[in-house]
Amino acid sequence: MIDITTTYLGLPMKSPIVASASPLCESLENIRHMEDAGAGGVVLPSLFEEQLDLESQAVDSDLSRGSESFAESLDYLPDLHTYNLGADGYLELIRKARERVSIPVIASLNGVSPGGWARYAGMMEQAGADAIELNIYAIITDPNIESADVERNYCDLVRQVKANVSIPVAVKLSHFFTAVGNMGKQLDAAGANGLVLFNRFYQPDFDIESLEIVPSLTLSRPQELLLRLHWVAILYGWVKADLAVTGGVHSAEDVLKSVMAGAHVAMMTSALLQHGIDHVASVLAHLVRWMEKHEYESINQMRGSMSQRSVEDPAAFERGNYMRVLSSYTLQKTR
Amino acid sequence: MDRFAARTGRHYRLFDYVGAPDAERVIVMMGSGAGAVEETVEQLLQQGEKVGLLKVRLFRPFAAEAFISALPKTVQSLAVLDRTKEPGSLGEPLYLDVVTALSEARTAGSTDSQIVPRVIGGRYGLASKEFTPAMARAIFDELKGSKPKNHFTVGIHDDVTHTSLDYDPKFSTEDPGTVRALFYGLGSDGTVGANKNSIKIIGKNTDNYAQGYFVYDSKKAGSVTVSHLRFGPRPIRSSYLITRASFVACHQFQFLERMDVLDCAEPGATFLLNAPIGADEVWGHLPQSVQEVIIQKKLKFYLIDGYKVARETGMGNRINTIMQTCFFAISGVLPREQAIEAIKGAIRETYGKRGEAVVSKNFVAVDHTLSHLQQVTVPAAANSRLRVLPPVPERAPAFVRDVIGPMISGRGDDLPVSAMPVDGTFPTGTAMWEKRNIAQQIPVWDEQICIQCGKCVLVCPHAVIRAKVYDALLLGNAPEGFKSEKPRWREFESLRYTLQVSPEDCTGCELCVEVCPVKSKSEAKHKAINMQPQAPLRERESANWDFFTHLPETGRNQLSHSQVKDVQLLEPLFEFSGACAGCGETPYIKLLTQLFGDRLMIANATGCSSIYGGNLPTTPYTLNSLGRGPAWSNSLFEDNAEFGLGMRLAVDQQAAYARELVARLAAQLGDSLASGLLNAEQSSEAGIEAQRERLAELKKKIATLDSPEARDLLAIADALVRKSVWLVGGDGWAYDIGAGGLDHVLGSGMNVNVLVLDTEVYSNTGGQMSKATPRGAVAKFATGGKHAGKKDLAMEAISYGSVYVARVAMGGSDTHTVKTFLEAEAYNGPSLIIAYSHCIAHGYDMSQGMAQQKAAVLSGYWPLMRYDPELRAAGKNPFQLDSRAPSIPFKQYAYQEARYTMLARSNPEAARELLHLAQEDVDRQWRVYSSRAGTTEAAESPDSGSPTAALVTLQPVAAGGEKK
Repeated sequence: MIDITTTYLGLPMKSPIVASASPLCESLENIRHMEDAGAGGVVLPSLFEEQLDLESQAVDSDLSRGSESFAESLDYLPDLHTYNLGADGYLELIRKARERVSIPVIASLNGVSPGGWARYAGMMEQAGADAIELNIYAIITDPNIESADVERNYCDLVRQVKANVSIPVAVKLSHFFTAVGNMGKQLDAAGANGLVLFNRFYQPDFDIESLEIVPSLTLSRPQELLLRLHWVAILYGWVKADLAVTGGVHSAEDVLKSVMAGAHVAMMTSALLQHGIDHVASVLAHLVRWMEKHEYESINQMRGSMSQRSVEDPAAFERGNYMRVLSSYTLQKTR
Repeated sequence: MDRFAARTGRHYRLFDYVGAPDAERVIVMMGSGAGAVEETVEQLLQQGEKVGLLKVRLFRPFAAEAFISALPKTVQSLAVLDRTKEPGSLGEPLYLDVVTALSEARTAGSTDSQIVPRVIGGRYGLASKEFTPAMARAIFDELKGSKPKNHFTVGIHDDVTHTSLDYDPKFSTEDPGTVRALFYGLGSDGTVGANKNSIKIIGKNTDNYAQGYFVYDSKKAGSVTVSHLRFGPRPIRSSYLITRASFVACHQFQFLERMDVLDCAEPGATFLLNAPIGADEVWGHLPQSVQEVIIQKKLKFYLIDGYKVARETGMGNRINTIMQTCFFAISGVLPREQAIEAIKGAIRETYGKRGEAVVSKNFVAVDHTLSHLQQVTVPAAANSRLRVLPPVPERAPAFVRDVIGPMISGRGDDLPVSAMPVDGTFPTGTAMWEKRNIAQQIPVWDEQICIQCGKCVLVCPHAVIRAKVYDALLLGNAPEGFKSEKPRWREFESLRYTLQVSPEDCTGCELCVEVCPVKSKSEAKHKAINMQPQAPLRERESANWDFFTHLPETGRNQLSHSQVKDVQLLEPLFEFSGACAGCGETPYIKLLTQLFGDRLMIANATGCSSIYGGNLPTTPYTLNSLGRGPAWSNSLFEDNAEFGLGMRLAVDQQAAYARELVARLAAQLGDSLASGLLNAEQSSEAGIEAQRERLAELKKKIATLDSPEARDLLAIADALVRKSVWLVGGDGWAYDIGAGGLDHVLGSGMNVNVLVLDTEVYSNTGGQMSKATPRGAVAKFATGGKHAGKKDLAMEAISYGSVYVARVAMGGSDTHTVKTFLEAEAYNGPSLIIAYSHCIAHGYDMSQGMAQQKAAVLSGYWPLMRYDPELRAAGKNPFQLDSRAPSIPFKQYAYQEARYTMLARSNPEAARELLHLAQEDVDRQWRVYSSRAGTTEAAESPDSGSPTAALVTLQPVAAGGEKK
C-alpha cells in the first residue's frame, strides 16, 4: 500500500496536494468537493484588510454623496440596516468550512495595518481555522523604502501574529528578495511554521491603442514551477519551517518534483480552475501509479531527495550550472 | 386627546390659550408660528399689555363651541392668521371659521360676552417667509387701532397693494440665557450632518433644551447651507431664524468675500473661521468690512485649517467632525473630555454601520483637531484692501442687479413686492451673472494635441466648455494667454478655433476630461483637456472667457447639425444651472437648445429639471445674440404632457390665424411676400432663416398699416416661424405620475416631442423608486432591491405604430443621440426620446457617468434603438436596433453602482437572486428587440397606424406651424 499521507504545519494531511487560495474556495460545496477529490487541505481566499477598509470607505462615500445639500433630497440612497462590512462574512466561511470538512482549513490573510494582521489572525483562530497563511502580497513601489526595512517589517508581523495565535502560521512570500534564502531563515527564526514559495504577482499590461494600463490575470503555467523547485531545494534543511510549493503545480510529476525538492505539500490553483476540482483525483491516481512503478513506499520517503543537500552535485543549483547551461545553449546554436 | 396626553405626556386641547386672562387683543392661529407669538405675548405681558394667543390644535372639524369657550370674554379685537392665500375668497379658511363661529354664537345666544370683538384676518409665512416676534408685535399693535387693516399680510413689504403691516425688526424676544449659533457651510462639507449630531449630543448629554434648523439654497452643486442652533436651560419656542448669534462659524473661507456672515453676530460673540491660512497671517486676508465688524463687535476670533486636518486624517473634503470638535471646544457647553467622548459616541452611532475604517478615521480627525485650533489676536484697526464683492457685477442688467442680486446674497426677503415681475415671468439669461466659483479644479485646454472632436463641449452639464471658429483678425484684441488653433474643418481652415472654459461657472465635475479621447504621445495621463487648480487661473481665464463670449457665433446654416463635431459650434441656450456636478440630464437639455435654439418651447414636468431649469434666483435658459431664446414653463407631474400639448395647440392656432391674416392682407403686404410667408419651406436652417427674413419684412410693412387686422398680425406673426414643442421631464413624470397624460398625448397624433430624462428614480426628492427603476436596484421604497422589472416605455409607445420612439445614451453613442433628436423633431407627429441619464442617486463618482452609460449599452441593459414610422412608407422596418449584441454581463455594468452593490453587501442572497433575474430581463429584452429589428416590413402593414393618416383626422389646424 502506497502511503501518500503527509503533514504540513504539523497538521496531518491525507495527500500532499493542497487546494490553494482561489475563488473556487469561496464556495463550501467546492471545498467539500476538494476533500472528496483527495485534497490534503484547503487554503481559503485571502482576507484583504485593505479591501475591507476600502469597502467601508466606499459605503461611506456612497451614502454621503450629495447628502445634506438640498432641502428636498437630504440623501440619495436608503441607509440599510447592515452592510456586512468587516470580516464577518469571511469568518463565517471559516466556521462553515470547518463544520463541513475534515481536512485542515487554512485561512489566508493580507493585512495593511500593524495591528490589523494580529487582530484578524486572532479572529480567524477563533472562527476555527486550523492554520493561517500570511499572504505577504505587497508591492513596494516607493523607491525610498529600503529592503532591510521591508524584511524587518515582515519578520515583525510574523512575530506579532505568532504572539496572538496558538495555531500554526505559514508565510507566503514572493521571490523578489535579494537574498531569498536569508529571508526564509529570518522568517523561520521569527516563528513561521511554514514557508509557501512563491506568490505570483499580477502584472498589469499595457493597451497601446487606448494607452491604458489593463489588469492582466493569467493562470500559472508549469514552467513557473522551476523557480519554486529551485528555492525549495535550496532552503530544505536550512529552516525548521515546513515548505510548500505554489505556482506551476499542474501534474503528478510537478507534485513529485516539489516533494523531492523538499516540500511538504504542493499547492494547486490554476490547474483546478482549468480542469475542474476532480483534477486532484486524477493527479493523485497518476502519482500513486508512478510511485508504484518506481517502488516508492511513501511520500515522506522522497521528501528532500533532490534538495541541494541531497544531490550529487550541489553546484547544479549555483552559478556554475548557469554558465554550463549557457555554454551548452551556445554550442547547440552554433552547431 | 387625554389618552394621547397619558401616553406621551404632551397635553393638547382643541384650543389652547396663553396670555392674559383678561386679554383685549388676541391672535388666533395654528402651527409652529405660534411659538413666535407666544414669546411676544410673554414679553408684552411683562410690559402690562393685555394680550393673548389662541392656538388651534384641531382645525377640522372646527369645534365652534370649544373655540368660544377658550376665548377670553374680555377680547375686543382678534387677528386671525392663515398661512395660505385663497384668491377670490372673502377671507382665508381660519378667518372665515372664526368670523362664522363668533357670529353663530351671538345668533344662538350661546355667548355671555357683552363685547362684540372686531376680527381681522391676515396672512403670514407664505413661501417660507419668516414670521418673527417683531411681526407678531406689529399685529398686536395693529389691533390697538380704531380701524385695523383687514386682510393684511405680514412679513413682506407690499408697496403695491399696501396691505402689509410695518414692523420693527429690532424688536426681539430672544432669551439671553439661550446660546444661539450660526454655521455657514457647503452641502458637500458635511456641516449640516455634524450640526444635527451636535444638537443631539447637547440634548442627550446636558440639561439644556436644544433646537436645530437648517437652511439650504436652491442649488444641488456647491449649495450653501446655514445651520441655526439654539440651546439653553429654558424651553425654546423660537420658531424663527437666528438673527442675533452668540456663535458664528464660517466653514468656507471663500464665503467671506461674497456673504455677510457676521451680520447676525452679537457684540462679544465668538467667530470660528475655517481658513487655509495661519493665525498670524489670516487678518491680512480678510475683507476690510469683516475686519471692521470683528473689531466693532469685539468678537472672539478662532481659526482652524480644517481642510489641512481633513487631508492629514484621511477625511478628504469632509470637515464636519473637525469643525464640530472646534465648536464644542470653544463653546464650552460640555467639559472638553466629555464633549470628545460624546462626539465619538455620535460618530459610532452615525457611521458604525459603515465599517471600522470610517469610524477610525473620524476618531483620528477628532483627536487631531484641537492642536490645530488657534485664537487670533485681533488688531486694533482694520487695514485690509480687500473688499466684499457684490453678488453680481455692476454691469449686470438693472433687474439682475437690483432684484436677483439681493436674492443671491440671501437678502431676497427684504425685496418689496414692486420688485417682482407683474405677471410672474422672470427674465431668462440670468444664471450667467451668478459667478459661484465652486470648482476647486477646472479643465484646461491643450490646443497642441486637441483634435477638436467636440465631445467635451457636448457632455459638459453646465455648458462651461464652448468652442468657436472665428476670423483671425479678431484675435487682435485678445487678452494675453488667450489660446487659439487652426480649425480642423476644411471649410474653416482660414479661421481660428478656440475651446474656452468659464472658470467661475465650472463645477469641476471632470466629465469632460473623462470623455476626452486624446492622450499625449509622451505622457499618457495628459489629455487634450486636463484638470488644474482654479484659483491661480481664475483671473486670467475669466478675462479669456469674457473675450470669448464676445466672439461671433458661426451661422447655424453653415454647420451640419447631425455631426457632434459641428454641434460644438452651435450656441447653447441653457447654461450654468444649479444641477449636480456631473449631472446626466443637463447635457441632453443643452443639446436641445443647441439644435433647436430659440424655436424651442418647453413644457417641463416637476422634478430635477424643473428645479435647475427655473428656480430662483437665476434662470439657466438664456438668449442668443439676437435676444431670442427658448420659452419655458413648469407644470405638474400629473398634467405636464397635456400642458405641452396645449402649447402645441396654442402655437398652431396662432399660426393658423396669422396665415389667415396674411392671406387677407396680401394685397397690402405684396403678393410675393405673402406667398413666401404662406408657402415657406422650413425643414432646414436655411428655410427657417429665409422665413425669419420675410417675417422681419412683414413686421416693417405692418407697422405702416393701421387696422385691427394688422395689429393682430403683428401680435402673432412670430408663430409663422416653425416652433419646436418639447415636453420634458423625468421618469417619475413619464413612467409614473404623468403616465396617463403622456399616453393620451402620444395617442393624439399631435406634433409634440417628448424627452424623458430617465434617471430611474425620483431624483429630486432623494431617489425614490419609480416604475423605471430596474430590477435589483436599491431605492427608497425598494430598500430590499426592486423586485419588479423596469417598465418598457419605448415598447408601450411603439405599440401605437405612429409614434417616433428612441432610446438613447449619450455615453453609449453621442452621434446616435444627436441623430435621434433631429429625427424626432423632424417627424410630423408625436415623438418620444427616452434618454439614459446617470444620476447622483445611482451611487458612484459622477465623473464616470458617461463610462457607465457606455457600459449600460455594452451590457445590453440599455439598447440604443429607434422606431421611425416614416421608414414604413419607404418599405423599411421602422424598428432599428442601433447598438450591438451584449458584450459584457449585466453585473459588470451594474456592480459599479452603489444602488446595486449595497444590496449585495446587505443581503447577498437576495442580491444574487435579483441579479440573476435582472440578467434574464436583459437577455429577454435583447431577444425581443433584435427579433423586432429583424422583422420584415411585411409584418407591419405600411398603412396601419400611418402618421399622416392620423394627422389628417386629428390635426384640424392648417399647417402654418407645421414642420414640413
